[in-house]
Amino acid sequence: MNIWDWNYAMEVFPVIFKAMWTTLSATIVAFGLAMILGLGLAVLRRSSFKPLTWLVIGVSEFIRATPPLVQLFFVFYVLPFFGISLSPFVAGTLALGVHYSTYCAEIYRSGINSVPRGQWEAATALNFTSSQKWTKVILPQAIPPIIPMLGNYLISMFKDTPILSAITVVEMLQTAKIAGSGSFRYLEPFTIVGLLFLLLSYPSALLINRLEVKLNRRKVVKKEKNSKHKGVAA
Amino acid sequence: MLAAKKLEFVEELAVNTGVPLVSYKQVSKSFGDIKVIRELDFEVSPGEKVAIIGPSGSGKTTLIRLLMTLEEPTSGVIEINGEPLWHKEAKGKLVKADEKHLHKMRGQIGMVFQQFNLFPHMTVLRNCIEAPVKVLGMSRKDAEVRAKAMLEKVGLGNKLDSYPAQLSGGQQQRVAIARALVMRPKVMLFDEPTSALDPELVGEVLDVIREIAAEGEMAMILVTHEMDFAKDVADRIVFTDGGKIVEQGPPKEVFENPKSERLQAFLKRMR
Repeated sequence: MNIWDWNYAMEVFPVIFKAMWTTLSATIVAFGLAMILGLGLAVLRRSSFKPLTWLVIGVSEFIRATPPLVQLFFVFYVLPFFGISLSPFVAGTLALGVHYSTYCAEIYRSGINSVPRGQWEAATALNFTSSQKWTKVILPQAIPPIIPMLGNYLISMFKDTPILSAITVVEMLQTAKIAGSGSFRYLEPFTIVGLLFLLLSYPSALLINRLEVKLNRRKVVKKEKNSKHKGVAA
Repeated sequence: MLAAKKLEFVEELAVNTGVPLVSYKQVSKSFGDIKVIRELDFEVSPGEKVAIIGPSGSGKTTLIRLLMTLEEPTSGVIEINGEPLWHKEAKGKLVKADEKHLHKMRGQIGMVFQQFNLFPHMTVLRNCIEAPVKVLGMSRKDAEVRAKAMLEKVGLGNKLDSYPAQLSGGQQQRVAIARALVMRPKVMLFDEPTSALDPELVGEVLDVIREIAAEGEMAMILVTHEMDFAKDVADRIVFTDGGKIVEQGPPKEVFENPKSERLQAFLKRMR
């Protein structure tokens, strides 16, 4: 018997490929949640109402300091005791999304902090309301530079989706495991899962790298222009 | 009955015209242990142009930042048209005002910053129409008409679609002036508007400010190091040192016949 069985590989490939959609949709839903929730956390953390700030910091630290798998189990197995029963997919994306939202919040925060104080002051002087300051002035400047960093977390989360198999979400890894336990051959299905992950995440990483280079170049051009201007003056 | 009401109205008018536009009453401001403004009294009449001069660290920038609500006074009351800026009356006592009150009061004040602080992600025109549309609730069309007129006035009618990074410092500051003017404040604050500029760009900005000052009705408070400019533009010069007003008066008097030793020393150094 060969170590690698092409016939068997061809047989399981379509099944695993089909499960990839579950993996992808879980990634997209969870990341969407992480981005929205993360932004909320980052904005709330700047609140002038201190207890709220402390609450946000405390909750974020707690979530980041505990393993996502524990959170996943908690949401799926413990919440039903409190009358909240969620399907595996919903529980999984919720837990993953909340976990990653705390990391996204840190990235948003770095972007927000890099907007100069003068921008806030000009917005105050023009009498913008608090929400107008955020949506018109601060976030449009804070977000573009952090898009590559958010992208890195997207890939990282994508690679974390196999933990959803622990609460019976039938994504790629779970599908491969089921296929393997039926035939007692694990090499082919797991290899295919690995390759599919590689195939999706590597080009995405390259894309993000290029985006990062492009954004940096734009920044450099802007700076050069300013310094050139000063140079001429001096 | 009606006549009585009318009389009341006339009386109210008479009272109002006597009220200064801006009035600081025993205002202090500390940053930690450092007292930047000390029990300061200061008034500005409607339409008056006041230049604040003084050594750096004398509290002159903080003085106008308090009025723009960028810094909160540690004690004392600032009034605009007789109405407290940072406070609200509740049960006969002055209490700290909420954001809603500050929002209402801020509409009467405009500010031009040392570092311009234009919004880099917006074109010149959008920098000038964003606030009138979103804050004053003007239609986009009306706001554009007003903004274009102001940009024309500061000599940048041909730069509507440029981004701030594509402009020189002097041009950026002129856009910032137009942006503040579009809001039609009753008092405009200038925080060392030419200090961040290369020397050859200072003139174009000062010319624009001179022109606006000459138009009259808007009061101006200018913090500046440009003594000749202050002499030209201001109705009154205020000299601050150590968080207090040391001397003030008409430009001619203050510059040609300074009374206090500190002002004499300061003017000597500026020359």
